[in-house]
Amino acid sequence: MDTIATLVKGEIGIISEESLDVIPLKLLEMGCLPGVEVELLQIAPLRDPLYICVNGSHLAIRKEMAAQIKIIKS
Amino acid sequence: MDTPKSLKVALIGNPNTGKTSLFNQLTGLTQKVGNYPGVTVDKKQGACKLSNNRTAIITDLPGTYSINPTSVDESIVLTSLLNTADKDFPDVIVVVADVENLKRNLFLFSQVKDLEIPIVLAINMSDQMKKKGITIDVDTLKKELQTEVVLISARKSIGIDEVKNAIENCAEAANTHPLCSINHKIDGDYFKNLKEVSPNHTLYELWLMITQNNFPDSITKEEKIKLLEFTQDVSKVRRYQHKETIHRYQQINEILKRTYIVDRSKANDTRAKLDKVFTHRIFGYVIFFGVLILIFQSIFDWSTIPMDYIDAQFANLSEFVTKQMNTGVLRDLITDGIIPGVGGVIIFIPQIAILFLFVAILEETGYMSRIVFLMDKIMRRYGMSGKSVIPLISGTACAIPAVMATRTISGWKERLITILVTPFTTCSARLPVYAILISLVIPDKKLFGYFSLQGFTLLSLYALGFATAIISAFLLHKIVKVKRTSFFVAEMPNYKIPSIKNVAFDVVEKTKAFVFGAGKIILAISIILWFLASNGPESYKNAEKSVIENVANKNLSAEEIQDKIASLKLEKSYIGIMGKTIEPVIKPLGYDWKIGIALISSFAAREVFVGTLATIYSVESDDENVSTIKERMRAEVNSETGEKTFSLAVGMSLLIFYAFAMQCMGTLAVVKRETKTWKWPIAQLVGMGALAYIASFITFTIFS
Repeated sequence: MDTIATLVKGEIGIISEESLDVIPLKLLEMGCLPGVEVELLQIAPLRDPLYICVNGSHLAIRKEMAAQIKIIKS
Repeated sequence: MDTPKSLKVALIGNPNTGKTSLFNQLTGLTQKVGNYPGVTVDKKQGACKLSNNRTAIITDLPGTYSINPTSVDESIVLTSLLNTADKDFPDVIVVVADVENLKRNLFLFSQVKDLEIPIVLAINMSDQMKKKGITIDVDTLKKELQTEVVLISARKSIGIDEVKNAIENCAEAANTHPLCSINHKIDGDYFKNLKEVSPNHTLYELWLMITQNNFPDSITKEEKIKLLEFTQDVSKVRRYQHKETIHRYQQINEILKRTYIVDRSKANDTRAKLDKVFTHRIFGYVIFFGVLILIFQSIFDWSTIPMDYIDAQFANLSEFVTKQMNTGVLRDLITDGIIPGVGGVIIFIPQIAILFLFVAILEETGYMSRIVFLMDKIMRRYGMSGKSVIPLISGTACAIPAVMATRTISGWKERLITILVTPFTTCSARLPVYAILISLVIPDKKLFGYFSLQGFTLLSLYALGFATAIISAFLLHKIVKVKRTSFFVAEMPNYKIPSIKNVAFDVVEKTKAFVFGAGKIILAISIILWFLASNGPESYKNAEKSVIENVANKNLSAEEIQDKIASLKLEKSYIGIMGKTIEPVIKPLGYDWKIGIALISSFAAREVFVGTLATIYSVESDDENVSTIKERMRAEVNSETGEKTFSLAVGMSLLIFYAFAMQCMGTLAVVKRETKTWKWPIAQLVGMGALAYIASFITFTIFS
């Protein structure tokens, strides 16, 4: 199963509907919603955190969180 | 003609939207920083002239992504907006949005709009629209949102008058409509029943009350009991919150589809290019390290010029007052208590202002978020977060603002550990103590013919501070168990050239807060110390007589006699008695009762150590006499052992003691405020004290 954590740098995926329950409210409120595109922009030098662009928001999230958010690679 | 009453306006918006720029534009030099009752979050207010006969009081609320709070700062926003009965409840809200992130900003807007308070939407950074290929149909957007919309550029002073007009018009019209009807799309019955609990409140207000467990005074006891019933099913409430969020974004997407167009081809990728450099696996750390060196260099080198100047001015002032006033208790209080006390605070202003200047610039440019991104994984091993780096750096100037800077850390455990270990970093108050002890006991030699041994010792003490902070963080990480979990998310804002005005306001405001906050405590302690040192029981009052009787036959100069009197007075004063009392406890560390006095007095603030020693060795502590203090200290002989008091062993033991011990009332007070319990400051005091005692004992044993 693909998650944000399995994206490679520069790759884009779409957050799957089933992720709704695992995404914390704060992240949802920042635009990280099911059905939207998410692009992996940068990976920190120690492979964690991940720097993503989702729904126009540029965010850094930790790998453990990213690994829970399922996506469909486009 | 009646002048209409002053309007109360609240500014609200996401972080990094230029909300503060707009606030500075509207209020200028009228702004004041106060505190919200019960919490230490700064409340920024200022006055603004809207038109010829209308003024407004503008409040800058803390930046937030949502009304639903996840931190202390954010909860202020919710409380301010729910408490309709409060005297500061806004008549008009201005939501500040960033043109580039309009979608996410409109999410917050939609929540505020549903509270049905008159509202203005100010879309900031509109001067960037062309460059970013953005077009907005403002008229349609106004209609869709049923709101006054203004395009502004706060930095370039574009649209400020329009905002003022909009505020005034909006207060007149006072038409309010909820934007998103949260009820029917989620669960019609649930929300219908909820609304029926209290007809005086809007549905969204009630919903916020139950989801955030935040009940304003306008809710009666009966209503509160009924409301709490709605929260029984926790997972249901959570599910509905998620649905609400999605619903809001759907509606915003619909609106933006008709009003907001981005031509992607025009978007440039400066951000991506800069990110590549600043987050590079090698250059990223090299640049960060360079920035750190620059900060240290300026704090410890450049700031010495103004600090020396301030020091000299206060010495002059003391001297001036001494000459002008008649001898007496009042003069002593002013010259020995108040002036040195105030000076002790003022002298730290250059270092603290420089530190705040760097922090403000790093934040304004957006580089701070990149540091967080680079350091998060490393810091996490020690139970901290990438956001802990800033407090730890700030700690090298002063632990008080550093502890306050931990508020941005969302995880409670990570924040707590950062608060607990920050006082280990070598703050500027330790510097004078280190300086005098090092020059006293460390030989002025060169290591390998190049490095100064004294400089190397100082550097080692800094390294020791950082290492201890990291190691104790690691231990706390293993020990502290916290149930509250939270997760990490940091926005990576676009790079910006810092606005001089914003940086200047920020530095002045934070420095002021430090001076008046910490200053009060240091001043109070200085006065208490002065009292304890200049008063005592019967034997204190007889000190002068007994010295004169004793030296009657000896051939001593008047000056020597005066010194002897001062020394004996100190010994017999209250603080001298306290020093004698703790002597048995500190003897294993190599200290006598005189050092004991200095330890007690510097419990409140470390830098008092030097001043106290100066008093003990009966020398006035102005600049010219530092060498004399040193000489006298060097010559001081322990009355029991007959050896030098300040031997290498004692000096090293003292250095280690000051490196570890928690000797700062200001920090303890701020830790209490930030953790809301005495448990953690007491743990810090005891833990750091025990470590200092044991480490000093070991050091003394090794070196003697």
